Amino acid sequence: MTTISRRTVLQGMGVSALATALSGLPVLAQDRTAIRIGYAVPKTGANAAGAGISTIPNYLLWVDDVNKAGGLELSKLGVPLPLEVVEYDDRSSSEELVRAVERLATQDNADFILPSWGTGPNLASGPTFDRFGYPQLGATAVTDMAPDLVKRWKHSFWLLGGGHDYANALVQLLVKQREAGTINNKVAIASVADGFGIDLSKAATPSFTEAGFELVYDKTYPLGTSDFAPIINEVSGLGVDTFVAFSYPPDTFALTQQSVVANFSPKVFYLGVGTAFPIYPGIAGPNHDGVMGVGGIDPDSEKLAAYFERHTALNGQAPDSWASAITYASLEMLQQAIERVGDIDREAITAELSSGEFDTVIGKVKLVDNQLRSLWTVGQWQGGKFVGLAHTERDGSRDPVVPKPVWVAA
Amino acid sequence: MLFSAILTGLVLGGTYALVAMGLTLQYGVARIMNLAYGDIIIAASFGAYVLFTALGINPLLGMLIVIPAGFALSWLIYAVMLQPLARRSRDRGRLEGDSILATFGLLFVIQGVALVLFGSGFMSYSFLAVPVDILGTTVAANRLLAFVLAVVFGLGLWLVLTRTRFGTVIRAVAANPASAPLVGINVDSVARFAFAIGGALAAAGGVVVSMYLTFSATMGVIFTMKALIVVIMGGVGNLMGALAAGLILGLVETLVASFIDPGLTLAATYLIFLTVLVVRPQGLFGRAAR
Repeated sequence: MTTISRRTVLQGMGVSALATALSGLPVLAQDRTAIRIGYAVPKTGANAAGAGISTIPNYLLWVDDVNKAGGLELSKLGVPLPLEVVEYDDRSSSEELVRAVERLATQDNADFILPSWGTGPNLASGPTFDRFGYPQLGATAVTDMAPDLVKRWKHSFWLLGGGHDYANALVQLLVKQREAGTINNKVAIASVADGFGIDLSKAATPSFTEAGFELVYDKTYPLGTSDFAPIINEVSGLGVDTFVAFSYPPDTFALTQQSVVANFSPKVFYLGVGTAFPIYPGIAGPNHDGVMGVGGIDPDSEKLAAYFERHTALNGQAPDSWASAITYASLEMLQQAIERVGDIDREAITAELSSGEFDTVIGKVKLVDNQLRSLWTVGQWQGGKFVGLAHTERDGSRDPVVPKPVWVAA
Repeated sequence: MLFSAILTGLVLGGTYALVAMGLTLQYGVARIMNLAYGDIIIAASFGAYVLFTALGINPLLGMLIVIPAGFALSWLIYAVMLQPLARRSRDRGRLEGDSILATFGLLFVIQGVALVLFGSGFMSYSFLAVPVDILGTTVAANRLLAFVLAVVFGLGLWLVLTRTRFGTVIRAVAANPASAPLVGINVDSVARFAFAIGGALAAAGGVVVSMYLTFSATMGVIFTMKALIVVIMGGVGNLMGALAAGLILGLVETLVASFIDPGLTLAATYLIFLTVLVVRPQGLFGRAAR
């Protein structure tokens, strides 16, 4: 049995006091052996599946890419430094996330903190990132509030647009189809009664009405609904050419299967989150062809194709065709901003992120008021790729295929 | 339209009943409030998924592997983890409290293993997603299968429980575990067997559900919640009750979604649940509390 004498305790206290005092000091350049990247992401809980597709694999890929290239070049320190990672599980809880971000900033002395997955978590951790002066690259947050948020939180960046961007782009695309006479005037919308579904349907409903569409069905369903037979049965009797669902991944997959089973094959079949996932063609089988959804990629970009290959090689799964490439591009932006500043000066790097132009997998990127305004908004599965049909700044990469091919029996 | 909604509702209710029947046995006979129940279902779904996608084994045949595995795993869980709790607790309340804590831990163990093995992503495959026409209403064959299995398992086990000597033994343990030893019943082994049968039913549910639902490693709790509602509504330990309550829930959800608003399905479910609790706290088929 060990006895703890008063002296030992006092010595211990002295050492820990010294350690505490030292840890508060800025790390000296010559002592640096790495750049510390911290992040708290949902590895368990409701958000784990989404983060496991769009966020975590890209963080892993970026760290791997940078370290394979020999690290980040910091001109003011004169040495290339590798990245080291501190990772926490936020268990899909915003409180846990905020605590972890505080811990990364104060205890782990992370040089940069990468954001968690999803709109809600990014909004919840915004004040914390801002308070500690860390740039926050919100690559998986869809919010119409971004123009206000950037004024409140100067270190925040919003890279995935807002509900209006996606809803309006879809309506514009459908107006063209109606004018060409390929679809009729009737539209049915089903949306999940949660963040994404509410935002999108709130933007879409007035937009469809203003464009002169007749909304014959516009209802929400609760989060976690597993059986869509009643919705599809009702909609299939309404004579619509366009079915729109602002859905979450499990719903997206179930709606597809139910529509195939009920042989409800409208000319335009548009679904929400999950349509752009690499597993969608596996789930829908041959019927994935022609399905539209949110997001999209440029199928002609060689850089993006190379990114898809590297991502698949490292993670064993392809990235999704919406937020994944944006997430990776945000990390490339961070990397280039750090190298241009040449030092771990977060204020200067934040300023560079807002004003600089960056060369990324999604092309040249320059933010407008800390927001990425150059986005693919509507995509469609064509020839095994989820190609972008509508973009906020350029023409679509492919023409929409309307009507989509009729379902074939599984 | 009404007929079609009723049929769709019954088929959905079949899924609910199927996933709830195992829990009613575990809770009613073995007196274990198994919070890891949904994770056993998910584990079985992963089993079916691996057998189907990696080895090309049809999930129906896969059941022949997964159901015995579910039985064995639950038997082992009871023997190693829950039996000591059952032995040391003198009354039902204490065992319920202990088993809730123990299975709450088990939930994270199973979920953690699934996360390590399969990651957190969505899993889904398509099997028997073909339309079946019943009197002009189209339903998916895999959902119909869930309904048929629920009815077969429900009736089959009900017959075993009410018509056989062994069934009587199980009911004796469920009714009065303190007195059952007096007539020569080994409560430990009967409870263990009932718990394992519950696990086998959960595994059957998991295999069927994986044919048409997208699942992920962290989704078990959703099944536990739904099963718990069905069990409480039907009367704890009563298979017919679980079957009836499951079908009622499915019917109500579908009728509300078809004729009122899909947004109100959850509200309707809990309204029915609340009504049953107020009017018949012992459940639809349950006996009044002793």
